[in-house]
Amino acid sequence: MSHPKTIVEKIWDQHVVHEEEGKPNLLYIDLHLIHEVTSPQAFEGLRMAGRKVRRPDRTYATMDHNVPTIHRNIIKDEVSKKQMETLKTNCEEFGVRLADINHPDQGIVHVIGPELGLTQPGKTIVCGDSHTSTHGAFGALAFGIGTSEVEHVLATQSLWQAPPKTLQVNVDGVLGTGVTAKDLILAIIGKYGVRFGTGHVIEYTGEAVRNLSMEERMTVCNMSIEAGARAGLISPDATTIDYMRGKRYVPEGKDFDEAAEQWLALASDEGAEYDQTLTIHADEIEPQVTWGTNPSQCVPVGGRVPDPDSIEEDRDGIERAIEYMGLEANQSIESIPVEHVFIGSCTNSRLSDLRKAAEIVRGGRVHEGVRALVVPGSKSVKDAAEAEGLDTIFLTAGFEWRDAGCSMCLAMNDDIVPPGERCASTSNRNFEGRQGNGARTHLVSPEMAAAAALEGHFVDVRKYASTVGG
Amino acid sequence: MEPIKQHRGLVYPLDRSNVDTDQIIPKQFLKRIERQGFGQFLFYNWRFNEDGTLREDFSLNDPKYDGASVLVGGENFGCGSSREHAPWAIQDYGFKVVIAPSFADIFYNNCFKNGILPIQLPKPVVDQLMEKATKEKYEVKVDLEKQIIDDGDLEVSFDIQSYHKEMLLNGWDEIAVTLTYEDKIDQYEKQNKGVKTLGIS
Ligand code: SF4
Repeated sequence: MSHPKTIVEKIWDQHVVHEEEGKPNLLYIDLHLIHEVTSPQAFEGLRMAGRKVRRPDRTYATMDHNVPTIHRNIIKDEVSKKQMETLKTNCEEFGVRLADINHPDQGIVHVIGPELGLTQPGKTIVCGDSHTSTHGAFGALAFGIGTSEVEHVLATQSLWQAPPKTLQVNVDGVLGTGVTAKDLILAIIGKYGVRFGTGHVIEYTGEAVRNLSMEERMTVCNMSIEAGARAGLISPDATTIDYMRGKRYVPEGKDFDEAAEQWLALASDEGAEYDQTLTIHADEIEPQVTWGTNPSQCVPVGGRVPDPDSIEEDRDGIERAIEYMGLEANQSIESIPVEHVFIGSCTNSRLSDLRKAAEIVRGGRVHEGVRALVVPGSKSVKDAAEAEGLDTIFLTAGFEWRDAGCSMCLAMNDDIVPPGERCASTSNRNFEGRQGNGARTHLVSPEMAAAAALEGHFVDVRKYASTVGG
Repeated sequence: MEPIKQHRGLVYPLDRSNVDTDQIIPKQFLKRIERQGFGQFLFYNWRFNEDGTLREDFSLNDPKYDGASVLVGGENFGCGSSREHAPWAIQDYGFKVVIAPSFADIFYNNCFKNGILPIQLPKPVVDQLMEKATKEKYEVKVDLEKQIIDDGDLEVSFDIQSYHKEMLLNGWDEIAVTLTYEDKIDQYEKQNKGVKTLGIS
């Protein structure tokens, strides 16, 4: 047998179309996901050059970034409307399948790929969206690309890519009660910063990662890009195989068994070498809340906003962040009031996220002065949640229950946090203005967001000990 | 794409780290379906007040930097969203070269597709450039062929992958280049026995 390999090396080797001295590899792309915001210029480029989509059958489009999550078919913003219409026309012209706004499969691109079984272990997957890393949860090599590369993949089903370096993030031990996958990834980024992954593909390993469900794994891999990584993935195991079974685009019967065998063989070999390894202890992690304007600026919920005077590195940046966020140095996190709560986004809008938030909310009441929104990640998540009555739990408590889309994660539709107002959000980016110009975002888990909605400020969700699962 | 061989231009220093693509171009401008015309929205929330007037506290609005074409930034420049609207805005505003101690991967890649030369230099060197450009009107000459930045006083060399260099020097249409390998792609597709996705042949 050749030397022990990481899953990244294995997938890479299987996808090299061409290699040549002094050039990156030409890498084959198995699946290309498309949405309305980063594709119009790519299709236009094809049209201008008289090119076709090489493999429409390996391309799948949806509408998510712009779509209204209420009054579905009234799109007031003419420019958004045009962008959606453009996607529709482009898909028709180039023969690409599209789950458009009223389609039963519509949803956030990183929610529907896995849900439909388009996302599979061992595939190379790209999308003009940085959170494509989500699909790495399945042991796929999935990464975000720019619009020129979208055009390149449409035309050639391939990309020039230099082999990435590998970075193992090993999480040993067990996550405590009330501590979620979101807290895990925030704590990792909090500890190592927003660029420790640059130039690398992260592979998450260790007991705590193995114990995560597929949906939790997606939450972790989703935020790899916030660590600067090109992609993040987790080797397939029994949890992966169980999830894949019965998905629409996955083979059945004997074919499935064969596929499962191939998928499991992709897992990193014992003794495989990584360019770097970091270790984190799961039992030290507590529920996290970001206080600043990038995801590494987070502390445990029992903590305080840092004091720039006591910090050497990037003092200006920290001061600027505290000012933008309207906070005080040393202020306790639990004393921060919230005006908006957003449960949604490709990080935390899947059925299990909504179930966990609903457990906290059940029987409670949204705090006065708080506007709380639940936006399921896809139409099918929404249907499933309604089938088990989650919508009623949220609505009774005073939450709004919306249709699927990116919504307040990036506020390209009408779901906007007004300037200076504060939002507890289950999304992945707390950048300046992300949820609206001047909006102040605090990233948290769905459980923590739900608890903040009820109390009107951040609270340690572990105080709801009877409802948070172990 | 317009080739870049040499470029001489005024330096604009943006002394902030982790400048993300949401700052470079806020999302309300991502709805356009064209590739041009994004320069007017560059750093929009930093450049403009709510009422559309210029913010005096943002350095790019200082007339001293009018016509700048070399942007010097901090660590992790271009992090966040993959939106190519970010390099489109930078390029359309008039920047041809971006220098930083480190770049986010997707942004770095996107630059080459749009005729922007991203140059990574050690932090102390970037700090030096930043300081000079903050003090006075400061011009540098960038020679891609020789991989050198020169301000008449200081001369520094930089690294760049040969493939990226070729691309900018020649102003290549990358798709046209790849299509010369079409037979290899055909061959790969014929041989590849990976797992099929139903409905996808
Ligand atoms: S939910 Fe947010 S992060 Fe995810 S794809 Fe949509 S806009 Fe991007």
